[in-house]
Parts: sequence; structure tokens; C-alpha cells
Amino acid sequence: MTDIYNAYINTAEVKGSGSGILSGVRVSIKDNISTKDIETTCASKILKGYIPPYDAHVITRLKAEGAIIAGKTNMDEFGMGSTTENSAFGPTLNPRDVTRVPGGSSGGSAAAVAGGLVSMALGSDTGGSVRCPAAWCGVVGLKPSYGRVSRFGLIAYANSFEQIGPMTTNVRDAAKLFSVIAGHDPKDSTSVNKPYDGNVVPEISGKTIGIPKEYFGEGVDAGVSGEVRKAIGKLEELGANIVDVSLPSMKYALPAYYVTCTCEASSNLGRFDGVRFGPEPEMNLPWHDAYTKVREAGFGGEVRRRILLGTFALSAGYYGKYYVKAQHAKQLIAKDFAAALQTCDMLAGPTMPNIAPKIGELTADPLQMYQADILTVPVNIAGIPAISVPCGTAHKMPVGLQLMGRMFGEETILNAALAYEEAV
Amino acid sequence: MVKENEVLHIAELADIGISSAELGKFTEQFNAILEYFDILDTLEASGPLMRPLVNVFREDEVTPSISQEDALRNSHNPEDGYVRAPRVI
Repeated sequence: MTDIYNAYINTAEVKGSGSGILSGVRVSIKDNISTKDIETTCASKILKGYIPPYDAHVITRLKAEGAIIAGKTNMDEFGMGSTTENSAFGPTLNPRDVTRVPGGSSGGSAAAVAGGLVSMALGSDTGGSVRCPAAWCGVVGLKPSYGRVSRFGLIAYANSFEQIGPMTTNVRDAAKLFSVIAGHDPKDSTSVNKPYDGNVVPEISGKTIGIPKEYFGEGVDAGVSGEVRKAIGKLEELGANIVDVSLPSMKYALPAYYVTCTCEASSNLGRFDGVRFGPEPEMNLPWHDAYTKVREAGFGGEVRRRILLGTFALSAGYYGKYYVKAQHAKQLIAKDFAAALQTCDMLAGPTMPNIAPKIGELTADPLQMYQADILTVPVNIAGIPAISVPCGTAHKMPVGLQLMGRMFGEETILNAALAYEEAV
Repeated sequence: MVKENEVLHIAELADIGISSAELGKFTEQFNAILEYFDILDTLEASGPLMRPLVNVFREDEVTPSISQEDALRNSHNPEDGYVRAPRVI
């Protein structure tokens, strides 16, 4: 099959030696997940030619269940972006309208699924990178609770937020793929022992769904919120109790997210200097000069911008003003979600405030690009799980319904998502 | 307001490199983003920062790991089992 959407960076096909519930199933993998003997670049020139000597834990699990690793998918470089335009390999196109972006950063995985190239893919979600492209391409995407899926072998960008998650054509496949990758891994010290049995059933009756008013506020497209309200109406018809809730600290979410992720990125990306992998530094130059040359040529504009922001926010005199305050905001946001989820079984709202923008529409202004993440980052800050399920179209493009669950409450949101999917 | 020379200084600290052609635009974007972050400064400290975490320890036992050969496979001209790096002085 030709890759007309530029969904792939590398189309290698590798079959695992195991057999199990994914026997013969082709699964595409975001290019920031390490695959032994298959080039893994994070869509960056700085990792061109890098061949991981080991598999990420999720790849070991997929191979053990008989899956075929079907190519490495395009993404925003190191996961930094919301459109899959920040890639050294060019933008991925949205299969629903090729003049539009697929969303990001796991845009290649979403396009591969939406374009019918595979039925399952893995993405990673730091601030919405699974759910955003799932919503904009009209597929299902699950961001697991922090710690439920091992990050071993996931090339780190902002490790206190990120999780690997399934992207699939339907909820049953998302549950199946999640059951393969969830569970304890001693190689990730934040991994928890909470496997998932994969028994997804359509179940929504009697559940209480909170609707945070902040998810329908200023900046949310009327067409999008209309479709999501219709979907919530459907859930009510199926027997759910709908209640209004509020997350008052959400106004701090986006700045707290961007301060924290850029700080973590500035540290995590320090390892890319060309010495152990990547382009060779000039050995006869003083080391700062040699590394600067490698990094200036190897990293794209957005990656360098975030490293600069993070370095600044962690520097003497600014650490208390930015990083420490961001951690306080994180605590407040987590408390807001915990309070709302004490009375509610889950929360619901749009995944993205708008439909997929045209190619080039968001790239000129980084701040505008960051603001597209307003409805997805709060979940990463709180650490809770969330799923995006297709729910109709606005302006002829797919809209995503976002269901957010209690910590380790993936079962509840997967069951609710299935109930919705089967009813429409 | 962060000035161009401060952005240059941060770029030096981060070994990131920034060309004179990019400097004006980077500084402008940098300031717009920092202004957006300012709302954080209106936040009062919400008591001590708490993380409901426990340390994850294991016995100090040798377990299988990647080989030295594999670890060096992506480096340029390794020598006697070591990577090569630019000179430090």
C-alpha cells in the first residue's frame, strides 16, 4: 500500500516470535518508541540512523502476543507539536481531508489507522498527543493513567506526563491493545501493577457523568461543542446521569503544562550531543562549540524553542516564579479533578476545541499552537486516563468526545465509550 | 521583557545555537510565551508540595543488560570499548 498521507517514516515489517491475541495483526508504532534493529528517529535529524539495541517494553509485549510491527509512524519532532508538521520528514496529511493536518504529535499513527493502512497503532500522549490526532482523524485514542503502561524504551520528552496509548478504529480494538501493553514492568520505576483484562462491555446506565463548564467555554467552536452536547445527550438516553461540575484551576493548566514540559525537555534532551548516537561532532573543536553545532543543525525550531524556554524557566532567579509555581498549579488541578471524580464516575467534554486546521495554519505562531491543547493537557497534569471517541462531524471534519476517568479507571471509560459507539 | 542578549546567553547555556537571523523572532516569541505564563505568578503557594509516592527500591543484584558492543553500536569510531568525544580543554 502506498503511503499517500506520509504517515510513515519507515515501513519495515517485523514479526514477533510469539503468538497470542494479536497473532498476525499489524500494529504501527510511533517513531519515539524504541524498536530493536529498526531505525527510531523521533522525527528528528539528530537521531537519523539511530538503531536501538533493545525493544521498548510495549514492543516486547506486542511481539509476545504475535503482533507484526508494521512501520514507524511520523510525528512532531520529539512529540513537540499538535499538528505533525514539526517533523524532519515533512508533514503527515489528514486522510479525511488532505489539505488539513492530522493533529499531533502522534499524527502518523492516527493517519495510518484513519487511512486504513492498519487497524491498530501505538502513540504517546504527553499533553494530548494521542487524543488530539484521534479526534481530528476520527479514530479512537486512549491516554492511560500515569504509570499503567511502562515507559521503558519510550524516548523521553516530558517524562512526568507521558504515557504510551492505543489508537484504533474502534473501542474493542483499543481495549484489546491496551490489555497487551498495560501492567507492571520493573524497568520503569513509575510503573504500577495494574494489568487490564481486556473484557470491555457496553456499560453506561446508572453512571454519573460530570460536564465541566470550562470544557465549553470561550474558544471552543460552536459546531464542535454542539456535536459533543449531542453525544452527551445520547449517553443520557442510555441511562447516564448528567451533572454540571467545575474545575476552577483549569486556567492555570496550559501555562503549568508548558512550563513543566519545557523544563523536563531541556534536561531530557541534553543527551543528544552526537557522542553516543546521532551526527558526529567535530572532534577537534572545544566541546561546547562541537555540541552546539550538532544540536543547532540537528534539532528543529520548535525543539530548540522549548529547550530554551525550559532552560530559562529553570535558571537562577526564575525557578521559583515558573517551575515551582507550575508544580503548585499541578497540585491544585489534580485536586479539582479528584473532587469532581469523587461524585462522578467520569467527566465528558470535547477532546479538541476546534476541527483539524489547514496545513500551515498554526505553524507561524507557537503560542496559538500551544492553545490548541487547552482541553487535553489537564488530564496529563492530573495523571488520570482519558479516551477520545469519534462523535459526528463539524464543518465536515471529525469531532472527538473526550471521556476522562478516575485514576486507574480505564475500565469505566472504555465501557462507556463502547456503549456510545454501539448506540450510534 | 527578556532581551536578545539574554536569549543568546540561555542558548549558550543550553548548547543550542541560535543564528543572528533567528534571534529577533525567537526573542519576540519567547516574550509572548512568557507573558502567557505570567498567570502562574498570581498563584499563592498552596501549602507544601505533596506527592503520594513511595521510593521504588530493589536488591542490588546483577541482572542481564545490553552488551558493551550493543551500547557502542550507534557511536562514531569507538576506541577500546569507549566512545569518543570532542576535546574538553
